[in-house]
Amino acid sequence: MQVISVKSLEKIYANGVRALDCVDFEMKKGDFLGLLGANGAGKTTMISIFTGTVNKTAGSVNIFGIDIDKDHNSAKKKIGVVPQEFNFNIFEKVIDIVVQQAGYFGIPRKKALKNAEKLLKDLGLWSKRNNPAKELSGGMKRRLMIVRALVHDPKLLILDEPTAGVDVELRHSMWEYLKKLNESGVTILLTSHYLEEIEELCNDVVMIKKGKIVIKDTVSHVLKSIDEVTYVIDVDKVKKTFVAHNFVYKIIDENTLEVRITQKHTLNEFLRILDRNGMMISNLRPKSNRLEQLFLNILNA
Amino acid sequence: MLSWISYKTIARKEIVRFLRIWRQTLLPPVITQTLYFVIFGAFIGSQVRDINGVSYMAFLVPGLVMMAVINNSFANVVSSFFGSKFQKNYEELMVSPTPNRIVVAGYISGGVFRGLLVGFIVFLVSIFFTQIEIYNLPIVFLFVLLTSILFSLAGFINAIFSKKFDDISIFSNFVLIPLTYFGGVFYSIKSLPDFWQMASRLNPILYMIDGFRYGFHGFNDVSLQISLLVIIFLTAFLLLFALYLMKKGIGLKA
Repeated sequence: MQVISVKSLEKIYANGVRALDCVDFEMKKGDFLGLLGANGAGKTTMISIFTGTVNKTAGSVNIFGIDIDKDHNSAKKKIGVVPQEFNFNIFEKVIDIVVQQAGYFGIPRKKALKNAEKLLKDLGLWSKRNNPAKELSGGMKRRLMIVRALVHDPKLLILDEPTAGVDVELRHSMWEYLKKLNESGVTILLTSHYLEEIEELCNDVVMIKKGKIVIKDTVSHVLKSIDEVTYVIDVDKVKKTFVAHNFVYKIIDENTLEVRITQKHTLNEFLRILDRNGMMISNLRPKSNRLEQLFLNILNA
Repeated sequence: MLSWISYKTIARKEIVRFLRIWRQTLLPPVITQTLYFVIFGAFIGSQVRDINGVSYMAFLVPGLVMMAVINNSFANVVSSFFGSKFQKNYEELMVSPTPNRIVVAGYISGGVFRGLLVGFIVFLVSIFFTQIEIYNLPIVFLFVLLTSILFSLAGFINAIFSKKFDDISIFSNFVLIPLTYFGGVFYSIKSLPDFWQMASRLNPILYMIDGFRYGFHGFNDVSLQISLLVIIFLTAFLLLFALYLMKKGIGLKA
């Protein structure tokens, strides 16, 4: 079943900026799709059209088979959204923010309180329920936005950079939570600046550049298509006489090398050369996230 | 069901909001109107002759109550809705399936509740200054309710068009307050020269205060039916305009 179906979507802002240019894409039930793009590429505009905070200029958007031009409210019932910026009233109590949001979705107060309690406990905010939102840390505010987005039990969750400014430990716990949510049947659309996040969480990826979709594929296909990866290799000592013909490499210092592996050669071949030269490998890592490399390649193309 | 729960949620939030900050929302208007009673009613009013057989202080009461209702209904909605827009928490409603008419109804309920509450408190204060007998309670209630709805809608529309905090006070300072002062709060338009009587009839607030005063004292400067028609027409117009703005997303969506 198609959860989102976008055809020829266009958005031109009043100042003439064309944020989306003839965008087409689909999302199926159960997908975990990553939306990638540089700042200003059009990601947030697209999400905002789905959620009703921005008017589209042209094209059609169907959510769960519902044309948003005909009945956006019915579509909205199934969507939960975590926006990029904190947009709750910071003077209100955490519990009130969540219960009010449930109310806007027509959930009776008693049930809303029950849902809020479960979600606040799941995301570690229950002890803060009576605190005004302004007293929460940045990470807590991010989690509050997730709780608020889930309080009406949406079938599609849209997250716009949900882990921005969140520490590593919390980010990983949020990833685990989102994975479980997706496994439970919630379709997730995620934009993120952390490309490792997309690689870790998403099955599919859509990359936007200047309002146009430039890549639309599964994450595994996209990663396979990357024709070069740079590795950083730590060794006991780089021999002064070390030479590796046919490889593009750089000696960083007496213990570290960088090598660019293309489709012509394998990493194994390079490691064998190191071994033949009597160099002991103590560590090996990609210089950057693979998706990040692709992202930069496309941006610079 | 969804609409009713959404409505209750918005109205409850709006009412709790202004009650929580009562020192800013309820106390100042009551103090201001009390000063009017003291200065215009007691000090100056004692030197003014009766109007249609009613003491000047008693004449002032409906006008000052209505003035409080108008200002507070307007101020509640304009500040709350603009604040919500400014902080972007209005997006909580935009992403929800709450119909536009329910959003309007919820915010208007907050404005009406505050307007009526402040008006009632001002009326209670007036009892310390003069004896008031209400001539026709249903008329009093009808006029005060419609007027508070009308100015809550005006506040809502003002908030939609406002881009910065200064914008929410422009209409209030340069339109609402002058029209209220010239709307017969302090005088009967029959005491004005013909030209100014005619000019006063272009001021919609005259009809609200005049009809409301009729409910208190049983006399009026303009026909009750005309006053009622003017208020109903303006309320319907502003309601449709507010719904149109929301449907198009003017001032709300990019």
